[in-house]
Amino acid sequence: MGEVKLLGTTQSFPCARIQWALKLKGVEYEFIEEDLGNKSSLLRKYNPVHKKVPVLVHHDKPIAESLVILEYIDETWKDNPLLPQDPYDKAVARFWAKFADEKVLIAVWGAFTAEGEEKEKAIKSALEPLAYLEQQIEGKKFFGGEKIGYFDLVVGWLSQWLNVMEEVGGMKLLEAERFPLLHEWGQNFIQAPAIRECIPPREKLVEYFHFSLTYGRSLAANKP
Amino acid sequence: MAEEEVKLYGTWRSPYSRRVEIALKLKGVQHKYYEEDLTNKSPALLKYNPVHKKIPVLVHGEKVIAESHVILEYIDETWKGYNILPKDPCEKAKARFWARFIDEKCIPALKKACASIAEEREKAVEEACELLQLLEDELKHKKYFGGDCIGLVDIVANFISHWLKVVQEVVGVELLTIKKFPRLCEWSEHFVCHHAVKDCLPPKEKLLAVFHSHYGSATTSKC
Repeated sequence: MGEVKLLGTTQSFPCARIQWALKLKGVEYEFIEEDLGNKSSLLRKYNPVHKKVPVLVHHDKPIAESLVILEYIDETWKDNPLLPQDPYDKAVARFWAKFADEKVLIAVWGAFTAEGEEKEKAIKSALEPLAYLEQQIEGKKFFGGEKIGYFDLVVGWLSQWLNVMEEVGGMKLLEAERFPLLHEWGQNFIQAPAIRECIPPREKLVEYFHFSLTYGRSLAANKP
Repeated sequence: MAEEEVKLYGTWRSPYSRRVEIALKLKGVQHKYYEEDLTNKSPALLKYNPVHKKIPVLVHGEKVIAESHVILEYIDETWKGYNILPKDPCEKAKARFWARFIDEKCIPALKKACASIAEEREKAVEEACELLQLLEDELKHKKYFGGDCIGLVDIVANFISHWLKVVQEVVGVELLTIKKFPRLCEWSEHFVCHHAVKDCLPPKEKLLAVFHSHYGSATTSKC
């Protein structure tokens, strides 16, 4: 203990990605809960560039950015590989990770914060990138195949987090009728032991997304 | 496997596709280059990158890889010899971190500063310079971000070494100056002269002409 530390917050899904990875690899770590409204000197020391979570600290060396951390974990602890070994399969996983973090997340966020006439249009825009993910999961239990892998962790937020965003944001995106495979994936994912332990309590997420919605909408309103 | 045909779809003026050229040169990989007209995308590009319809796209045998960072890592893992990324996982993570920083924070801020006018410009320039300062500090006393040899971060920073200088000249904004960023400027001089880089830079006069027409009276940035 003490060799691996993770600075993060319970409700942050990028932080959950890291906890999932460490648990899947059987790596002991110390979780340090950050208050992002009052950032600790430790966070400022370990991530001076962005001052964001998650930050993994291993042998007192910090690594920031969740996708960078995931690859570091995979390269450092060899049990239960998260990424495929083959360079091309790895490239495919990385391509979709970028797609998920850029296209899917942004579109879902847009649908979440949109109001009035814009809402329906934003929801439709969010369905398009999700359709790509439905194609990717076809024929597989997890994106990683039989076992949970890198990309499952990258889009793990589509389980609990998206569910809460739909409730708070008044929208339906990941419906069983529309995306049966993705929906089933979500059920399988959230039930896996290493995953389930790091899903934050629903009430905490509801509170978090209510706050985010107000904040997100006020930002949009103040844009020139 | 490594001997299969390699094709690169790109454009002469894109720093993203030029990055891939640098990587292939460092590894000594022969390839066929296809210049895309982004106003009239080829059936090949639309077939190979249906998701984004963007360049660069690398085709290696039957395999298709898109997104410049993903391509750079694929090249590094597929062809041995020169190391584009460090071997040590911690150093590798640092390289990936800075590569992301350049593309996600630095370049957008630099483009914004170049496209800004009047009252917005000063603030945009200040914000961009804060980010350049982080790169200046990261460089420390190294010749390259990769140390004695160019690596991932140097390649991803290609925009700063060449395109930025041209845009600065066109719009009359002072971002990368010797006074403010002596180390970055020195890095830039070494980088553009490197044997694997110097033929992977678009001709300055051609870029100047393109940027003059884009930035002339426009407020939107295109590079």
